Amino acid sequence: MTEMLNIALPKGRLGEKVYALLKKAGYECPAIEDPGRKLIFDNPEKGVRYFWVKPSDVAIYVERGAADLGIAGKDILLEYRPEVYELLDLGLGKCRMAVAGPRDFREKPGRPLRIATKFPHIAAKYYAGLGRDIDIIKLNGSIEIAPILGLSDVIVDIVETGKTLKENDLEVLQTIVPISARLIANQAAYQFQYDAIRTLVRRLEEQL
Amino acid sequence: MRRRIEDRLRELCRKHGYAPYKMSRFEEYELYVRNKDFLQSDRVITFSGKDGRLLAMKPDVTLSIIKNAPEAPGAVRKVHYRENVYRMDRDTGDFREILQAGLECVGDVGSYEVAEVVTIAARCLAAIPVGTILSLSHVGLIRHALDQSGLPEKARKQALDCLRQKREQELRALCQLHGADETLPVALLRARTIADLEQLGIENEAWSELRQITGLLDPAQVRLDFSLGNDMKYYSGLVFKGYAKGVPDSVLSGGQYDRLLEHMGKNARAIGFALYLDQLDRLAEEEGGWDVDTLLLYADEDPARVLAAVERMDGTVLTARARPAQRTWKREARLENGEVRYLD
Repeated sequence: MTEMLNIALPKGRLGEKVYALLKKAGYECPAIEDPGRKLIFDNPEKGVRYFWVKPSDVAIYVERGAADLGIAGKDILLEYRPEVYELLDLGLGKCRMAVAGPRDFREKPGRPLRIATKFPHIAAKYYAGLGRDIDIIKLNGSIEIAPILGLSDVIVDIVETGKTLKENDLEVLQTIVPISARLIANQAAYQFQYDAIRTLVRRLEEQL
Repeated sequence: MRRRIEDRLRELCRKHGYAPYKMSRFEEYELYVRNKDFLQSDRVITFSGKDGRLLAMKPDVTLSIIKNAPEAPGAVRKVHYRENVYRMDRDTGDFREILQAGLECVGDVGSYEVAEVVTIAARCLAAIPVGTILSLSHVGLIRHALDQSGLPEKARKQALDCLRQKREQELRALCQLHGADETLPVALLRARTIADLEQLGIENEAWSELRQITGLLDPAQVRLDFSLGNDMKYYSGLVFKGYAKGVPDSVLSGGQYDRLLEHMGKNARAIGFALYLDQLDRLAEEEGGWDVDTLLLYADEDPARVLAAVERMDGTVLTARARPAQRTWKREARLENGEVRYLD
């Protein structure tokens, strides 16, 4: 009996794109295209089992071994630093982690910079590199509103097109790092399912 | 399961003359502060001793063993241990007690000692009745590959991170950016067996050692994996990890860490490994999986008769007046007037 590869897909648009790529690479699973109320979808013939999880949870499923493979944004990997292998940059979901602020923003170097963000670790590391004293305000959403209401000076967030920023009179001040979706693997699963995982990586690479 | 692996380790250690080592529960905090980078978590439980010294609940065993490493030529100290250590849980921030068993070999460590320690590690792993893999890496070979590639010093940390997380595309791009030769670094990132590197014409001491060691081990169990050992600060030679099928983390971890001794001002070398016994609990108990052999039910019996019956019976016996929930037993018996009657 060959073993199944358990793959955690991020719910949402990115996950659908990723599944389409996996399908093209020969890892289709008809059940997932007609979901109903099921949560887990098998295709024993192809040796894959898919499940949808919250995008920010993919890395946890993989690190803890509930999934052998998963697809996670580089932002999540940089923020939570899970102990996983990062086998392939899929080039999907491209965006950047950036510092943004009001269009006429002028930094006051005399006091700590107040930063609203969902990514406190990435923000702290970036500013530590610059030697800048900061005050991090951790938010869970609607980050753009923080500088408008005076909650923070700037924000550190994901910027895709910049449209939301523009509509709120904000602009990108610095780019911290480019972001895209990565194929990640559990370290122990990589040892035991090496051949199956390498084959999947190779087939995905051919589709990029 | 845990017991079986522990027994195997103790048996192998006895065979090779390792002395049991029992450390005191507390250690001076200073030892950990000075070697903070060596510890897996940087928080330690501390309290003051009676003369104002700051003491710590031990987060690690290795440091305590090597602080007394012998420095005379030819002198080697071999010990094995089974200790609780206290570490911070990454998710909750709380401290956890973790049971660790392992061995250390410190002093004038040579190629024989290295071979001995890795062989004992492989044999302990093999006692786990599911598939196991021993992954091997060598810091000397990683360093050699980076030297040969011509990557500048400032790009090395990123290259090591790429190796550690198997980020091949980024490693290639990094080499390209710096006009470095990607052949060796990428070959290491991909290598799985000695044969994968054989054609590259590597001539280096680390490579000979790695070949020699893998030659001693079961080819079905051993794999190369250069994602290990990229913490070059302390590791100096061979680095290894053990995996058991069904456990998502490594169950064994070890290596040669001469640089830690150097950092402590010791003129000595060291190699050792630890078994993460708590990880082994995740493996399902073997077939059958009964808690006890027999459940002995009794009612209004003289305690002396119950005790005598248990004495007489073979295997393990759980006595109860009613069938207990949450326990399993292979067969059931009833005690009636001092007689054990097995029920089908």
